[in-house]
Amino acid sequence: MPHLRIVASKFRIMYALQPYKLQNMNWIFEPWPWYIGGPMIALVMMLLIFSGKSFGVSSNLRTLCTLCGAGKNTDFFDFDWKTQRWNLLMVLGAIIGGWIAMNWLTLDATVHIHPDTIAKLKDLKITSAGSAYLPEELFSLHAFTKPKVLASLALGGFLVGFGARYAGGCTSGHAISGLSNLELVSLYAVIGFFIGGLLMNHFLLPYLL
Amino acid sequence: MTRSLTFLLIGILFGITMFKSEAASWFRIYEMFQFKSFHMYGIIGSALALGILMIQLIKRMKLRSFYCEPIEIKDKVKSFYRYSVGGVIFGLGWGLSGACPGPMFTLLGAGFLPILIVIITAVFGTFVYGKIRHKLPH
Repeated sequence: MPHLRIVASKFRIMYALQPYKLQNMNWIFEPWPWYIGGPMIALVMMLLIFSGKSFGVSSNLRTLCTLCGAGKNTDFFDFDWKTQRWNLLMVLGAIIGGWIAMNWLTLDATVHIHPDTIAKLKDLKITSAGSAYLPEELFSLHAFTKPKVLASLALGGFLVGFGARYAGGCTSGHAISGLSNLELVSLYAVIGFFIGGLLMNHFLLPYLL
Repeated sequence: MTRSLTFLLIGILFGITMFKSEAASWFRIYEMFQFKSFHMYGIIGSALALGILMIQLIKRMKLRSFYCEPIEIKDKVKSFYRYSVGGVIFGLGWGLSGACPGPMFTLLGAGFLPILIVIITAVFGTFVYGKIRHKLPH
């Protein structure tokens, strides 16, 4: 009975495909590999360029200063913030996107870093390495009660804000936008980012955690 | 209005990407500077490779924006000092806080409240730069 055999095999294929289809959607809930994350960043940059703008997040920090009234006595902040409204909206979106990703698109936020890195961090008393998204020692609510942690976060933030404006951009403005446009100055900046990051990571961080 | 909504949606896409690709994770930044994983280099490298390709296409084919305006990609001011020194300062902060300006806001949305300290001091750092930039070599 060849006919019955065909029907049976069809069912077998459907049965086999069903979990495959479900698995196919699961990638959204898993951590995204680099070959999805990177192209998505390029897509974001392209959407901004084709909207007549450019990709650079740190200039919003300057706009926030202007919004706080810094333009009254400092010329650097004396500009019409409305020309940057689109960028502020993009940052608002980044906040909402973080909420959506955390609450709707993630089953387990654990970041699986290299075992050597986990061991090294445990030596530095970052015991949440390998079992959390961010170090709980730095970013859980307990951090607010630890002066040393608060001081480190504040120093980190200050250097990022000061350095980004001094260098005229951050990772998005230089490492992605600037280098994509083959700008030599962005290469200087990105080499600087890495020199600074390596210095912090290998020599200073052990004293600041 | 429609344009505003477009930028909000692009931002949401960016935020989701930063969180899901783990580029917003302090651990990934630490691991990157330890050279223990290809992950962050893959993200930046693949974004860059596609970016170079697409910007070359835009320039050579003189593509226009969604609103049919010509696309101009401004070149940055030439200098060495400000980019390298500013870059090193930024890198020190990046290595410590594990967050660059985009992911900071994504982490706030994801509910990691101590990142507020980083955001507020980053705004303050920008303010201090604006105050003293006339005295800094560029």
